[in-house]
Amino acid sequence: MNFTLKVWRQPNPSAEGKIEVYEAKDIPSEASFLEMLDIVNTDIIDSGSDPIHFDHDCREGICGMCSLTINGVPHGKENAVTTCQLHMRKFRDGDTIFIEPFRAMAFPIVKDLVVDRSSFDRIIASGGYISVRTGSAVDANAIPIAKPDADDAFDAAACIGCGACVAACKNASAMLFVGAKAAHLNHLPQGQPEKDSRTLAMVRTMDAEGFGNCTNQYECEAVCPKTISADVIAKLNRDYAVAAVKEAVS
Amino acid sequence: MSSNGDTLDSKIPAGPVADKWTNFKDKAKLINPANKRKFSVIVVGSGLAGGSAAATLSELGYQVKCFCYQDSPRRAHSIAAQGGINGAKNYQNDGDSVHRLFYDTIKGGDFRSREANVHRLAECSVNIIDQCVAQGVPFAREYGGLLANRSFGGAQVSRTFYARGQTGQQLLIGCYQALEKEIDSGGVEMFTRTEMLDLVLVNDHAKGIIVRDLKTGEISRHAADAVILATGGYGNVFYLSTNAMGCNVMASFRACKRGAYMANPCYTQIHPTCIPVSGDYQSKLTLMSESLRNDGRIWVPKTKEDAAAIREGKKTAVDIAEDDRDYYLERKYPSFGNLAPRDISSRSAKEACDEGRGVSTTGLGVFLDFSDAIERLGEDTIRARYGNLFQMYEKISGENPYQVPMKIYPAVHYTMGGLWVDYNLMSNLKGLHVLGEANFSDHGANRLGASALMQGLADGYFVIPATLPVYLAEETPGTITTDMPEFDAAEKDVTDRIEKLMNIKGSRSVDSFHRELGLLVWDKCGMERTEEGLKEALEKIPAIRKAFWEDVRIPGTADGLNMELEKAGRVADFIDFAEVMCHDALDREESCGGHFRAEHQFDDGEAKRHDDEFTYVSAWEHAGAGEKPILHKEMLEFESVELSVRSYK
Repeated sequence: MNFTLKVWRQPNPSAEGKIEVYEAKDIPSEASFLEMLDIVNTDIIDSGSDPIHFDHDCREGICGMCSLTINGVPHGKENAVTTCQLHMRKFRDGDTIFIEPFRAMAFPIVKDLVVDRSSFDRIIASGGYISVRTGSAVDANAIPIAKPDADDAFDAAACIGCGACVAACKNASAMLFVGAKAAHLNHLPQGQPEKDSRTLAMVRTMDAEGFGNCTNQYECEAVCPKTISADVIAKLNRDYAVAAVKEAVS
Repeated sequence: MSSNGDTLDSKIPAGPVADKWTNFKDKAKLINPANKRKFSVIVVGSGLAGGSAAATLSELGYQVKCFCYQDSPRRAHSIAAQGGINGAKNYQNDGDSVHRLFYDTIKGGDFRSREANVHRLAECSVNIIDQCVAQGVPFAREYGGLLANRSFGGAQVSRTFYARGQTGQQLLIGCYQALEKEIDSGGVEMFTRTEMLDLVLVNDHAKGIIVRDLKTGEISRHAADAVILATGGYGNVFYLSTNAMGCNVMASFRACKRGAYMANPCYTQIHPTCIPVSGDYQSKLTLMSESLRNDGRIWVPKTKEDAAAIREGKKTAVDIAEDDRDYYLERKYPSFGNLAPRDISSRSAKEACDEGRGVSTTGLGVFLDFSDAIERLGEDTIRARYGNLFQMYEKISGENPYQVPMKIYPAVHYTMGGLWVDYNLMSNLKGLHVLGEANFSDHGANRLGASALMQGLADGYFVIPATLPVYLAEETPGTITTDMPEFDAAEKDVTDRIEKLMNIKGSRSVDSFHRELGLLVWDKCGMERTEEGLKEALEKIPAIRKAFWEDVRIPGTADGLNMELEKAGRVADFIDFAEVMCHDALDREESCGGHFRAEHQFDDGEAKRHDDEFTYVSAWEHAGAGEKPILHKEMLEFESVELSVRSYK
């Protein structure tokens, strides 16, 4: 298969970026999107130029490192996959493909298609955990958790922190990411003691990092490779309202 | 005890094996809380072993610096483990116990691991499950709200805790959250997108590292009272593996060049259930959790003719009548069947394909068939158990495994070898501690399923917090500073090497060398090794090294993000490391676990150990690139298990 690629190139964070055009030739249809870029990069290296830089690691859809906006859609148009799981057989021979980074004020560009998502780490650091000193846990079966509750927590815990939700949102909101962590931890019995402080801290850190407000358009849900439901945003809003009221009256 | 007259002291505590860890904890040195604050510790790697160690040591009061090459500690490759984690809880009342987990792990490792370490691992396993549940790790549960378990390869009890097919992810997120909490409190200083390029020794003690900031290219020095490496395995020496693209041996091998011994590097695990290779553009192989073997049946056609017809598209799996199918694991290993250990399952697949009975287009693939299970349990049950794995398979292969059998083939997955450590997880280099897959200690010649997560977390949460004080108690905190001449020298080595790489300006890409090396070691030091093949590899590797250092092309500059430069440093070390691996495989004139020497097998093709000659750990001392490394031995003494022929029939 042959493709024309229009790729965002930006040598460093302060440089001005631009779209450059590359021809991807003789690409096997079984190749993944990133393997297609590997082939193009081999040609670029052979010609003596700097290859296209993009983030990737596990290449099996779980580490959350890969982060391309493909034809305007984070991780591309295919449902419920990360970029590394997208295969070229999903494209038509001769297609022109635009490849850009995940764009958001809170995700500054490092180089080309590589962005800095450390703002997500700082949100988790502010409260996205259950405090449990190593060794002080009770027996694992001491607290039964009804299967439906455990399943709900699991659905939210499936988040891989890739940031597609932010890149898809016109406000660059991180509500799906934060909502997923809150829904995971706030709805387990182990997460109750820190529920209010966790919710307030994560939302405030999210705001301070420069993420925008929720648009209620659910683009985030549509692009999420782990199909996290926008319901977690509603739950987050409720948990936040309760925690804020408690804080105000205490 | 050693071939060189010196002794590798593994510092195993006294007493019966079941009491050693308790005896150790009763008597081990402690550091009082006020003094812990004065000690600093470097942790390289943020996966289950490194992340749990960094978080726990910070909770205890140590000043911790943690480093990872990824953009966040949450992305370490522990995240990709699918199947589960063992814990000897016996919640299923099916006869499990700490002793049984210990025994299974020793036997699964083909009697080439250290008894005392393995027993400690089995003891810690129960605490890990408690810790993770308390952190909010959403393990699978029964309707009554209690934890569910499943069985896993190499075991006859259900002791594996799991979180759908994402157990590694959920455990790592729990560990990552604990780490982020400590980062927020100031106990851990985290350095992401930062790669360790050298280890610094002061008076022969590991006291610091030299790192490169991958975003800016800046080289910096970090000093500490102890160094912990938790940098994972070396599976990417084979180029194609199930490891993440960035996984590398650099930190371990840099330590090796500074004098740390590399133990048992020839023990590599080839995982039986991966998606087969489809072409030479391929960058990595994808693992399908072996939990699939609980319900899937593995088979190939009995005849070469049927297999050829399938490869050519003239027949499909359903066209092969039941009597014309060979469920070869069930046939050869009736008591374990499709749950036979990984090394046995992998080699059996290779045998079937070598006989011309492979079913994927390349000839290297066997069926993993769920049609019986779907008929028995219904598609919904299978979806609930393996939904995400089936989805992943379909995304990659384009085939629907609910309707047609999966095709699988073995791929490099895990490396049992690693830096030599004593019972305290300290290498022969004082102050250098090694955790998780990066050390050699617990899995012998073959790792059982659901044991990697267990070992990483045991090492990080429970072992190193207890054993690190043994070293630190003898040290005066804060005496090491980065202006010492040892740091000057190590930094110069690092910058000289980068300059040398950048100035080669040759004609071949880094990947082309990596692929060449990978094909060679897969062929000669993969699932089956021979003296002839290993000698051939040892002749060819120096030529690859020579060509690399003369002709590699690294575009761009070293003063910013340059992924080709990163890869070049890693591949240079893989080339040198591959030599050590082949020397080890050549030296070990027996077959055991993941190391199968074709010269050493029984008439039925089973691995033949030579316990009288090889019941030892091979610890290799670096002697310079291209030089044969020097062998040191740690004799393995078995007090509580009897060495037997590992039988799964």
